[in-house]
Amino acid sequence: MTSLIARQVAIDERLLQTDLDVTAGELVALVGPNGGGKTSLLRALARIEDAGGKVMIDGEEVDASPPARRRRLLSFLPASRDMTWPISVRDVIALGLDRPDARRIGYLIEQFELERLAGRPVNRLSTGERARVLMARALAARPIALLLDEPMSNLDPYWVLRFLEQFRMAADEGQIVLVALHDLSLLGRFDRALLIADGKIQMSEAPANLMASERFAEIFRIRAEPAGGWAIRR
Amino acid sequence: MRLAVVALLLVVAAAHLLLPIAPLREAQAIDPGLANLILLELRLPRTLLALGYGAALGASGAALQAMFANPLASPDISGASSGAALGAVLGGYWLGFSQPIALAACGAAGALGALAFLVALAGRRSDTATLLLAGLAISLAAGAATSLALALAPSPFAFYDAFDWLMGNFTDRSLLQAAAALIPASLATAFLLRRSKALDLIALGDDVAASIGLRPRQLSLEVIALSAIAVGACVSVAGAIGFVGLVAPFFGRQLSRGHPGAAMVPAAIIGAILLAVADLAVRSVHLDRPIPVGVVTSLFGTPLFLWLVLTMRRRVTA
Repeated sequence: MTSLIARQVAIDERLLQTDLDVTAGELVALVGPNGGGKTSLLRALARIEDAGGKVMIDGEEVDASPPARRRRLLSFLPASRDMTWPISVRDVIALGLDRPDARRIGYLIEQFELERLAGRPVNRLSTGERARVLMARALAARPIALLLDEPMSNLDPYWVLRFLEQFRMAADEGQIVLVALHDLSLLGRFDRALLIADGKIQMSEAPANLMASERFAEIFRIRAEPAGGWAIRR
Repeated sequence: MRLAVVALLLVVAAAHLLLPIAPLREAQAIDPGLANLILLELRLPRTLLALGYGAALGASGAALQAMFANPLASPDISGASSGAALGAVLGGYWLGFSQPIALAACGAAGALGALAFLVALAGRRSDTATLLLAGLAISLAAGAATSLALALAPSPFAFYDAFDWLMGNFTDRSLLQAAAALIPASLATAFLLRRSKALDLIALGDDVAASIGLRPRQLSLEVIALSAIAVGACVSVAGAIGFVGLVAPFFGRQLSRGHPGAAMVPAAIIGAILLAVADLAVRSVHLDRPIPVGVVTSLFGTPLFLWLVLTMRRRVTA
């Protein structure tokens, strides 16, 4: 079974070491208060900075894999959508591939409904449009592990649902999907939730169990309202 | 389009070498050897310097812009050119170097110092205002230090004979001087061009680049060192020339469909064209004294720079 196994990676400068196992097919959400370490964990898994420990994807150690192989192992989508240069939408998606593949690019343009924008410079698009382009870039090389930081911020409801659909499709096709999430109302659509705070994984549970737990309420400083939604926990 | 640019380069190179043609004809009539001498000893170093310096400015400007993720970064605005001038002045008037290659090394060291200082001061992913202000501060400081070094130099003529050179000038440079500038500059530029793909990927952000196995920090050190060598060596021979390193990458990106790394080659070609044309203009205008070529590039470059600043500001407020 395809899996992502992380051993003793350090999430932040406090160097708390974390182990994590994710199997292909499950949609995993990372939740936690701001500054708790969601982004840091994703960056550590993507081996962006020297985070110590090791990460194995499908039995292959990421640090030891050559750059050409990396794109097939993992892809990281940062929360920032800043793009300085007037590169066309089509070309930005192509940057996700080792060699140009017009069919793959065409498929992604269609999936993210970018036909009308394909030739437009990406730095002139709205943030939400840019989010779709960058998501398509992240998916382009069909990586085994998708490490996505807040992919759905700034999206309108239709695109939030479409992104979730894409994640489910990816998981069904055997990809590993980890998504850092701010909007707790989407948590129910994931198979497993990791609660991350103070630089470590505090809980790993099914979303419903997680949200019902005292620890969750304590860390987020909120409580579930009987009528639905959340209230500040005093 | 690319072909047209290359053709234009060849035309400009030939024009720069052969124009004005009258002196060559006259020399030819007197003695064919004399015409060859003018061509090889006087015209060729100047043509090679103008083209090579322009290409180095274009390529390193494009590389610095890709690295800083900012279309306003360039050898002059980052303070690298002023740093190189300071390095060469210190080497020539205080350390007593006279070998062109030693002066080129001093120029490269000065440019490197300025760029290192800029990164320390502003960081790599700084906003435009920080980058411009830090670059301006470094340029002003290096300019003042250069003036001071010349004023206090052991040679009483230092100020006078450095003036023409500091403003950018290709007059009366020997083949040896041209080689001292262009051999390091073309090697450094060639290494920069090899990083074109990596600089394209950096456009997706440092984190994405690192996640596919690139090393953004190492890449930026490479870009800084290579740009410093390319620009520093040229400044030591032909002075600090402004705006070509800013303007050429802008046009280069029009030919690379916006890709910042792939823009290096067209930027180099356009830089060579711009500087050769500017020098041709300087040579064609007959005034009492020759005008430094840097004055011409600045005169034409400033409006474009202002326009870039305005469009960027409009985009930020929109």
